[in-house]
Amino acid sequence: MARSTIDAPPEPRVGRPDRARRRRTPGQLVAQVLGELLITAGVVLLLFVGWELWWTNIDSSIKQEQALEEFFADVPPAAGPAPAGAGPDAPAPEDFGDPAVLPQGDLVGTFAVVYIPRFGDDYSRPVTAGVGTDVLDNLGLGHYPGTGAPGAVGNFALAGHRQTHGQVLDQIHTLVPGDRLYVQTRDGYYTYVFRNTEIVLPDRADVIAPVPTEPAAEPVDRILTLTSCNPRFGAQERIIAYSVLESWRPADAGPPPEIAEHVARAAGQG
Amino acid sequence: MYGWIFRSLPGPLWMRIVLSVLLVLAAVTVLMVAVFPWVSQFNPLTDSTIGSP
Repeated sequence: MARSTIDAPPEPRVGRPDRARRRRTPGQLVAQVLGELLITAGVVLLLFVGWELWWTNIDSSIKQEQALEEFFADVPPAAGPAPAGAGPDAPAPEDFGDPAVLPQGDLVGTFAVVYIPRFGDDYSRPVTAGVGTDVLDNLGLGHYPGTGAPGAVGNFALAGHRQTHGQVLDQIHTLVPGDRLYVQTRDGYYTYVFRNTEIVLPDRADVIAPVPTEPAAEPVDRILTLTSCNPRFGAQERIIAYSVLESWRPADAGPPPEIAEHVARAAGQG
Repeated sequence: MYGWIFRSLPGPLWMRIVLSVLLVLAAVTVLMVAVFPWVSQFNPLTDSTIGSP
């Protein structure tokens, strides 16, 4: 309210520079407009960098949470046995026989959740069919169409961003052989053991073959392959992380004790 | 250019300032919602899939 008294005086003052500017030559005008456009271009580029490196992560994590919510709406987390005895002293994995495998036709939408404790206790990311920008830029991990289902003999191959858009595989280089990676589908929980990483050129499509790097071989192992860009903040190469299925638990048996809390937390978001 | 835009805005000084802030916000919103996502598809630095050249 007090401001309104200050508002009146500026009026005549704005008029004066107006008249002064009219004396400029056309050359000066062009130079000024060009300069202002160039400064604008610089600011827009900076904004783009900020948007790409910072905002896309916020945007993607919101969408991933929604995808998790939808996944857990269809797949209620089984109550299962009490999540006791978590930690290194957990009992040896029970044997539930050959894992149930989702048919290829059911690999649509968000069909799985991946838990990687090495990447953090709250690391639970949805897995969505497809590796186009529509999936990877919004929903995190994408499943290469035509590659195996979780737990299947062959290669369950996923892609994810190392930087920007949720950067779901930012920490891929910190995996240590023996690390567990857990995949949850509506059928149950698949425990994979990380084996090794490999850095290849972007055209090496054979790393997602049923037997990685040997497209002609008959698959025997149940592999999980993660692909992301390498180096960080670059894309000259790809970093590939291979894991092998160790065990599985049907949904009724509940999650493996060591990730029971992770599963509850991921489902609790919904 | 920006001087000309500022001078062509109607109203007293405070209203021009408010209007210019709104214009800047609108421009940033259009950039973030429409332009940046579109440009981002062509950003080769975020390519993380295999098999793409």
